[in-house]
Amino acid sequence: MRSLMIAALGLGLATPALADWQSTLDAARGQTVYWNAWGGDARTNAFIAWVGTQTEAQYGVKVEQVKLTSTADAVTRVIAEKAAGQDSGGAVDLIWINGPNFLSMKEQGLLHGPFASGLPNAKYLDLSANAAASVDFTVPVEGYESAWRLARFVFTYDSAVVMEPPKDMAGFLAYAQANPGRVTHPDVSDFMGATFLKQALIEMAPDAAVLQEPVTDATFVATTAPLWDWYDSLRPLMWRQGETFPENQSVQQQMLNDGEVDFGVSFDPASAAGAIAEGLLPDTARVFVPQGGSIGNISFVAIPYNAANREGAEVVANFLLAPATQAHQQNIEVLGSFSVLDAARLTVEEAALFAALPSSPALPKLQDLGPTLLEPHASWMTKLVEAWGQRYTK
Amino acid sequence: MRHEGRALRGGVALVLVAGFVLPIVAGLGQTARAAFGIMPAIGATDWSLDPWRQLLALPGFGTSLRLSLVTGIGSTLLALALAAGFCALMHGRMRHAAMGRLLTPFLAAPHAALAIGLAFLLAPSGWIARILSPWATGWDRPPDLATVNDGWGMALMVGLLIKEVPFLLLVIGSALGQLPVRQHLAAGRALGYGAGVVWVKVIFPQVYPLIRLPVFIVLAFALSVVDMAIVLGPSNPPTLAVAIIRWFSAPDTALFLPASAAAFLQALLVVAAIGAWMGAEWIVKTLGLWWVRRGGRGHSAEPGHWAASSVVVVLMGLGVLALASLVVWSFAWRWSYPQALPQSWSLKGWMAPQSGWGRAMQATLVIGVSATVLSVLLAVAWLEGEDRARRGRAAWAQALIYMPLLVPQVGFLYGLNVLFLQMGISGGMGAVIWAQMLFVFPYVMIALSDPWRALDPQHMRAAAALGASPWRRLVAVKLPMLVRPLATAAAIGFAVSVAQYLPTLFMGAGRIATLTTEAVTLASGSDRRIVGIYAVLQAGLPFLAYGLALALPAVLYRNRRGMRGGI
Repeated sequence: MRSLMIAALGLGLATPALADWQSTLDAARGQTVYWNAWGGDARTNAFIAWVGTQTEAQYGVKVEQVKLTSTADAVTRVIAEKAAGQDSGGAVDLIWINGPNFLSMKEQGLLHGPFASGLPNAKYLDLSANAAASVDFTVPVEGYESAWRLARFVFTYDSAVVMEPPKDMAGFLAYAQANPGRVTHPDVSDFMGATFLKQALIEMAPDAAVLQEPVTDATFVATTAPLWDWYDSLRPLMWRQGETFPENQSVQQQMLNDGEVDFGVSFDPASAAGAIAEGLLPDTARVFVPQGGSIGNISFVAIPYNAANREGAEVVANFLLAPATQAHQQNIEVLGSFSVLDAARLTVEEAALFAALPSSPALPKLQDLGPTLLEPHASWMTKLVEAWGQRYTK
Repeated sequence: MRHEGRALRGGVALVLVAGFVLPIVAGLGQTARAAFGIMPAIGATDWSLDPWRQLLALPGFGTSLRLSLVTGIGSTLLALALAAGFCALMHGRMRHAAMGRLLTPFLAAPHAALAIGLAFLLAPSGWIARILSPWATGWDRPPDLATVNDGWGMALMVGLLIKEVPFLLLVIGSALGQLPVRQHLAAGRALGYGAGVVWVKVIFPQVYPLIRLPVFIVLAFALSVVDMAIVLGPSNPPTLAVAIIRWFSAPDTALFLPASAAAFLQALLVVAAIGAWMGAEWIVKTLGLWWVRRGGRGHSAEPGHWAASSVVVVLMGLGVLALASLVVWSFAWRWSYPQALPQSWSLKGWMAPQSGWGRAMQATLVIGVSATVLSVLLAVAWLEGEDRARRGRAAWAQALIYMPLLVPQVGFLYGLNVLFLQMGISGGMGAVIWAQMLFVFPYVMIALSDPWRALDPQHMRAAAALGASPWRRLVAVKLPMLVRPLATAAAIGFAVSVAQYLPTLFMGAGRIATLTTEAVTLASGSDRRIVGIYAVLQAGLPFLAYGLALALPAVLYRNRRGMRGGI
């Protein structure tokens, strides 16, 4: 398995040689890249707009964000285009993508590539076989998508209301027993709702190692049994007795702000600091992670096989990896999401860009976040969501 | 002359069939193929019933179906009863024009904006709770009450009623204009019936046939609404239409086939509901005839009318507060529970049009004006064709015009999208304008048909006697006399265009951002302040259009009193 991955990775490195980069830049000039990205977060939207102004000034490549309500909308569009036989000139140039959507597109041959490891700025990434930037939910990236931002699963809460947040996922049960109706999670059809369950699954699984393998019926039953025990006790104590759920993390954050529930969830450690700056959470909002660490992954960008502006999309993907871009993105006043670059590969001047960034009391230090837990194989999430639906959607 | 009339009629019918009906049928066909297992793009090439089996096995399918039926049929029945009761009480106490002005904000406000405002108003941490807390309720923090997203879909029904009742009031109002209500009332009272009973036994049975089509449109809409159901409806499981959108957008593309089956089922559901409704009409008619002929005079219907009217007033009050709360949010910075008003204010969102709303507004205006102008032209051509042929509208023509409003959008839009891609015409402004016309044109026809037919034919005969050609009669006499209804129809068309979500999203390849697509996307985010700005603009543009429609005849004909009267 691993040797196969390394072989594939080697392939990825070989194809678009650095010498070709100039021709990519030439072809990209004048293109407009339609970047399909979830549009529910105003700060991310503003960052993408900033990227567009930069790439236009530096490379003559414009960026238009196609604001999605769900990443799968872009996948659906590419599938519809393939159904219609439109194998070039497609409407989607670049997608902010992750996990199951990536697996789905990669398996169906809907992605352009391999291109990622050939980008000039890929030299700043740790692309060794098991590094965070070369596996997406345990699925080998193989150059079909390029890293963009780091995501860590965190909880947000109001430190003026909750004095002692739960120490781990099991602790949420005790919290809900003392405070019924104050805990919830996003709907499990939403990515973040599924992540809440996955975080609990990793903590409670008798043998967490099997989560890195594709799921089987036998491992699923054995591994999820403690999770369902816990969830069955927790659910009646949740907001609205666990019969309905907020549509996504943003709606839950709003509920936290309104005081309807006590916790929010996010994949961005800077979310509390960012939301305070935007006036969306009280000044006393903070983040915490379960003691044993939390799920982390990297957000990627991928290019559909039929993208009309493929070269422009590659230029944008490369720009996103530039140290200056990553530092700008890590700035708490901009986006506050941690860099995906390997700090060891930066020059002194490049590292100084990161050291000079402003801080905020609501922004956790990297060491407060504890260890990063690996995402389970994507098949676990699909199966978990399915099983949850069968158990609790009546 | 007759020949010319026929050419015009034929031309318009051709545009309608080729431009509107065929694409919808083709889109439905694509959906149906996928429902029965044919979708080459994901490697499905064999006819089978598996998608249906999968659909039946999907968790919550039965509940979703039941939710859709209960909220859809329930809200339509209630809306009809409430609107009828309100009209019975208010007719003669309020002028039709005044009523029209009162209803304008509700007709103009897009569903999504209203739903977002209403969700904030009714939530346990919402505006009403904030105004009453903690001094009256004792709630230091919001209680865990299911006032929105409740499992029965009550909040969704309230939202639907706020939009549907004003629409039905409008159509009942114009239907009443065609009936000799005063004489009926006088005759009924002379025979010893109470006024309220006359409404129930004599007037409403005559009104109903005139508003039957709008009632079906309301029914079809309520059964398949998406944006309102996402914001106000339950989530686990949601209504069928929302569940379909979720299945279509699941990462697992294998769900496409059952999702297509569900989309096809959604179309069947509307057909079945309209069929059942017609069956119920027959039963009510039979029983009602017996009841009316019995001639009982005893009961007073007024308490019922008063109750219905009170509910209508409460609903309108909720609607106004919902929209007002969005205006307040758009100027807020921090506004937390239990403050009745924001703690801090800001113009930040309004001051940054380049952050999105400027461009979205531009696109909305361009699309709205184009779709409206084209639809009005087409409607005038159709109605003029009818006039020249000296014929009324056949039932089939009626069905063709209103078909886009009766077929659920999720049923054909995906299939249509595939078709458009095959022809290589997706993703452009033109495709969006066309897709919106599907829905704008029928509403323009609804608004324009009755006033057009009500025009006194004497004027035309006088003009013909003076030697005016058919075209001259149209341009110099008919259209100027119809400026007011034309302007109203255009305003309604524009409002419909502004509110379109799914057609804009699908046909615009997601690249064309209008106020509505942005508002719905942002509603999935958490910033009520930004949503407030979009919702204010989204509701404000159609409101302006209605204002223009009211002002235009007054300005054009300021020297001609006879031309200003409302039709």
